[in-house]
Amino acid sequence: MKHPILHPGMNLGPHHGQAHYDAERVTFGFWVFLMSDLIIFGLMFATYVTMANPTGLAGGPGPKDAYDLTNVYAQTMVLLVSSVTFGMASLAMRFERGSGPITLWLCITLALGLGFLTLELLDFSNMVEAGAVPSRSGFWSSFWGLVPLHGLHVFVGCLWISIMMIQMRIFGLAPVIKTRILRLGLFWHFLDLIWIGIFTIVYLGALSS
Amino acid sequence: MKDGNMTPFSSWRFRPNLLKHAWLLCGVLVLSACNEERNSFLDPAGPIAAAQRTHMFEVIAWTMIAIVPVFVFVPLILWRYRFRNAKARYTPDWEFSGWLDMVMWGVPFVIIIILSSMLWKSTHALDPYKPIASTEAPVNVQVVGLDWKWLFIYPDLGIATVNELVIPVNASVAMDITTDTVMQSILISSLAGQIYAMPGMRTKLHVLADETGTFVGENTQYNGDGFVDQNFQTISMSTEDFAVWVTTVKASGVTLDATTYGRLAVGSTGAQAHETLGSSQMPEGVIYFNQVEPSLFETVLGRYNEGTDIPPAQQPGAVGYVPPSAQGANQ
Amino acid sequence: MNPDDTIHWLIGRLGVSSLPILPAIENPTASELVGAGAASVAIFGAIGAVIFITWLGAWKTLWFDWLTSTDHKRIGIMYIVLALVMLARGVIEGVVMRTQQAFGLDGGFLAPDHFGELFTTHGTIMIFFVAMPLIAGIANYVMPLQIGARDMSFPVMNQISLGLTATGAALIMISLVIAQFSTGSWAAYPPYTGLDFQPGPGPDYWIWTIILAGIGTTMSGINFAVTIYKERAPGMTLFRMPLFTWTMLCTSIIMIFALPPLTVAALMQAADRYLDFHFFTNDLGGNMMNYVNLFWLFGHPEVYLLVIPAYGVFSETIATFSGKRLFGYNSLVFATMAIAVLSFSVWLHHFFTMGQSANVNIAFGIASMCIAVPTGVKIYDWMATMYRGRIRMSVPMIYAIGFFYLFTVGGLTGVMLANPTISYQVHNTLFLVAHFHNVIIPGVVFGLMSGYFYWFPKAFGFRLHEGWGRAIALFWIFGFSFTFFPLYVLGFMGMPRRSVSYTNPAFEPWMMVALFGAGLIFAALVSLFIQLRVSIRDRENLAVPVGDPWNGRTLEWSTSSPPPHYNFAVPPTVEDRDDFADAKAKGRAYQEPDAYEDIEVPENTPIGMIICVFGTLLGFALVFYIWWLALVSAVVIVVAIIARTFNLSTTRTIPAAEVAEEHRAWLAQVRATKAVTREAETKSTNHGLAGLETAPSDGEPA
Repeated sequence: MKHPILHPGMNLGPHHGQAHYDAERVTFGFWVFLMSDLIIFGLMFATYVTMANPTGLAGGPGPKDAYDLTNVYAQTMVLLVSSVTFGMASLAMRFERGSGPITLWLCITLALGLGFLTLELLDFSNMVEAGAVPSRSGFWSSFWGLVPLHGLHVFVGCLWISIMMIQMRIFGLAPVIKTRILRLGLFWHFLDLIWIGIFTIVYLGALSS
Repeated sequence: MKDGNMTPFSSWRFRPNLLKHAWLLCGVLVLSACNEERNSFLDPAGPIAAAQRTHMFEVIAWTMIAIVPVFVFVPLILWRYRFRNAKARYTPDWEFSGWLDMVMWGVPFVIIIILSSMLWKSTHALDPYKPIASTEAPVNVQVVGLDWKWLFIYPDLGIATVNELVIPVNASVAMDITTDTVMQSILISSLAGQIYAMPGMRTKLHVLADETGTFVGENTQYNGDGFVDQNFQTISMSTEDFAVWVTTVKASGVTLDATTYGRLAVGSTGAQAHETLGSSQMPEGVIYFNQVEPSLFETVLGRYNEGTDIPPAQQPGAVGYVPPSAQGANQ
Repeated sequence: MNPDDTIHWLIGRLGVSSLPILPAIENPTASELVGAGAASVAIFGAIGAVIFITWLGAWKTLWFDWLTSTDHKRIGIMYIVLALVMLARGVIEGVVMRTQQAFGLDGGFLAPDHFGELFTTHGTIMIFFVAMPLIAGIANYVMPLQIGARDMSFPVMNQISLGLTATGAALIMISLVIAQFSTGSWAAYPPYTGLDFQPGPGPDYWIWTIILAGIGTTMSGINFAVTIYKERAPGMTLFRMPLFTWTMLCTSIIMIFALPPLTVAALMQAADRYLDFHFFTNDLGGNMMNYVNLFWLFGHPEVYLLVIPAYGVFSETIATFSGKRLFGYNSLVFATMAIAVLSFSVWLHHFFTMGQSANVNIAFGIASMCIAVPTGVKIYDWMATMYRGRIRMSVPMIYAIGFFYLFTVGGLTGVMLANPTISYQVHNTLFLVAHFHNVIIPGVVFGLMSGYFYWFPKAFGFRLHEGWGRAIALFWIFGFSFTFFPLYVLGFMGMPRRSVSYTNPAFEPWMMVALFGAGLIFAALVSLFIQLRVSIRDRENLAVPVGDPWNGRTLEWSTSSPPPHYNFAVPPTVEDRDDFADAKAKGRAYQEPDAYEDIEVPENTPIGMIICVFGTLLGFALVFYIWWLALVSAVVIVVAIIARTFNLSTTRTIPAAEVAEEHRAWLAQVRATKAVTREAETKSTNHGLAGLETAPSDGEPA
């Protein structure tokens, strides 16, 4: 690439003019926020790991009694695909394909995001039936502190996608709209990354031990 | 223990610095003398506290190498380079000196290396989990922290006390510590450092008194209204006197079972508990038990790990705690 | 629904019994009267403030020029005002505690639960609502000016950070009047702060105060870091940044990474208390040791977060008042970074006594001692900065000298405490209390107070009264010494911290000395307000409109005092480390640029105030279980933030002509002003134009 990279992640490129240069500050700021958020998740993971022992389980149901790996696998696939579709939206923006394709890809991402949340809620309700509730043990407290926190992030992401689609309709692809979609993309991929951690540590890790 | 026999005077290197702190030491000693109960590791009655004191003076001495230059040179620089002194040299653009930088980083670095090796040795040597070498037979004590008193169970003797820890002189005392309420911390400063007591968890502390006497023991972790009253006497006595004391406890004590334990566990100071459970044969604020359920300590420890919910009514120290005896009365 | 249910639905667990005035009427003991008195002070203080503002007719100004402002300078000043109000409460609480303990042999006048509330609020206030807002305030004001920026990177987020900090402060003030605050200390260790042991609203006050203010601080950290990385003027490379800016970069990195553990720990406590989770409970697998780790994972970086900016202030003032370049700039930068990084690796030294193995304690003990190396380097660098300088004994230098002596003692006791062997003995005793006050007062407070004095003329265009300034500094220095050195001795005598009373008569004389010291600190507080009053009265005599009263060395002194909204008429081009000193020496200063340009500045917005008001309501509603109000407040906050994103015209333009006019007027004033030498620094002839200094004698370079 000939032009300098202004910030980590996908750069819009100088042909986007102001949006490209504005992105340097706001995207950098958003990265910093994500790092801070990562610490929160990191500590929740650490808590989960320290609680995953007989003392933490307190004689309550264990991972094998409550985790439904089929459903979790489906959630994983849906979320991973949503990351790809968001990537398509970002590329459509980067290569100036207009707001039509961007909206389309965002719509698909939103649908997948909502699908993920539906599957997750289904999973949660099954877990509640199996007695894996936070009031049962420290282990389940740490699960319910971590996984729904990620779910809440996905929910916020869905809300954000919806707002961006509305704002694209109102304001078109103004520079600030572009940089917001850029940040939304970082957020969405970040949630994927966290989910990979959840899938391996929370589900596979606990089931394998 | 090697460090235990070392007094601050046994090594030449901190004599000059000891003078600086002599006032402090004297002050503490003089004022402690007003009170017959000893409560400071600066006035140690056991090898651990003595070694802790020695270690502290050594740390102070080494750190002084880095600190004294500040105390000496700050006033000199201030006076020499005061604004009105037209004779002093003025070098407004001087901002770097390689050798000075080396000294500034190097000296503290070397001191910290020395201090680190001392820290390493002393932390291992004085590990509270390690039994202390002694000629006498070791004594086991199980400690349960309650709001706002300490229960000491002598599992091998079948007795227990509240707020009085009696130990034979020169015997290593192995304490298993827990609490049946919130977190607490047990400290007998004249003998050894403190360790936390936490519900459902067992911590350990070893103490040894190498002279007879009475020492203050206390809780240092705030746990509510009666916090300041949660202290106890540690009495170190000869083996013969200890045997006599055990007989006294057996003769004058009451039974420690689920009911009396429940009454003991209600939020109260030692003096208040003495009112309900004690008798005039026991010292003020102290309770003696001559029959103790053998597994009491393990029961207290284990009840938090059974995987059952403990509602406030069954949680000593909680608002709304109802002791088992009162529960029985209500039924 | 019967009427009782309706009332319960409406006001949650709020009731008449929540008012501390009532027990004071029913049972007028000294302790209850103190509590009721404090509540009255809070109420009458608030009413008085409202009357005062009305009398000044300043509501409009307050709203349009201040509360809705996104100007980093105004936000900075508001932070400092907040910090000073909270400082007054924190100091008074400290004095009340000292008084209680001075007369606490076998009793005293305060009930144990009131004493518990006092040490909890004192700690929480001093850390979160005095030290941190003072840092955020000074940094907000000074840092963008030092790097030649027009504003922070995210001015609106800056305003929201202030709003959230104010929310926390408001909640803790409300707790004076309604119900009781926690008695679980600022560290709030469960299970004592759990629902079983404190079912009342106290710990909930603590939780929401900390969470709301903590989120604000995290956002401040992000804002400072991005500003420093992205908004520097041309030529301002990282290694040309003034030391204060460097320290703020380190501090903001700590804010970004250390505040999340606190937020997590407090949220987990909230989950335990509200939703029957078992993170830290005694039963069902909860583990309080997790809390202790999480809290200190925040708590230890936090103390460096506080003290590092103070190091920055000392780096600025010592160089300025010695009339010299800073010695060992690179060393100071690396030392600061080393401290910031190491601060994350030492948290376990707050609980050597929790029963972990000797090797774990050793690792953290050695890491803790390592921090002494860069800290020592800093002290030596400042001494070398004074060496061969021309030292003016102005107020910031008095603080600096107090710092040199007292902070070094604090460092010594810190090295002692880093040894598990010693910590086993003095942990949780007054020795520990003496130690952390010994680093926080001579370090943080002296640093920030000297920063307040040093940069005040920049913010308001007039200097603070010098004589009162010296008095305050001396009151602090001696007040600290008399208050806290006795506590070291009491710690050696085995007195636990947080003791409302004691039975050992030997403690009493030391407590009396400490009370005398507390009186001196109280005098410092009173003098601080007198100084402000006197300085405002004499502002004509103290005026320094040109903006450079101390012969400053860095960019913030190159603008008028107070600076215009946009800070710099044209972005400065930086050529040297102490750029303004260099510019003055080479005649680059006070030049008219070739051309002026339109300047875009952020528009005012009420979003910060909306979040502040509804954040406070949200916190209050959660504390008292008023669920409908909590829901409404949360919805208002979310909707307000979303609505804000629909407003794309968030800036306004100041035309070049207006900028040119203002700048030329100031330059004319500069030319009309007579430059003063440092002899006349404290005289009324000092209008903020510094004459070039010449060495008194030969002055040959080294």
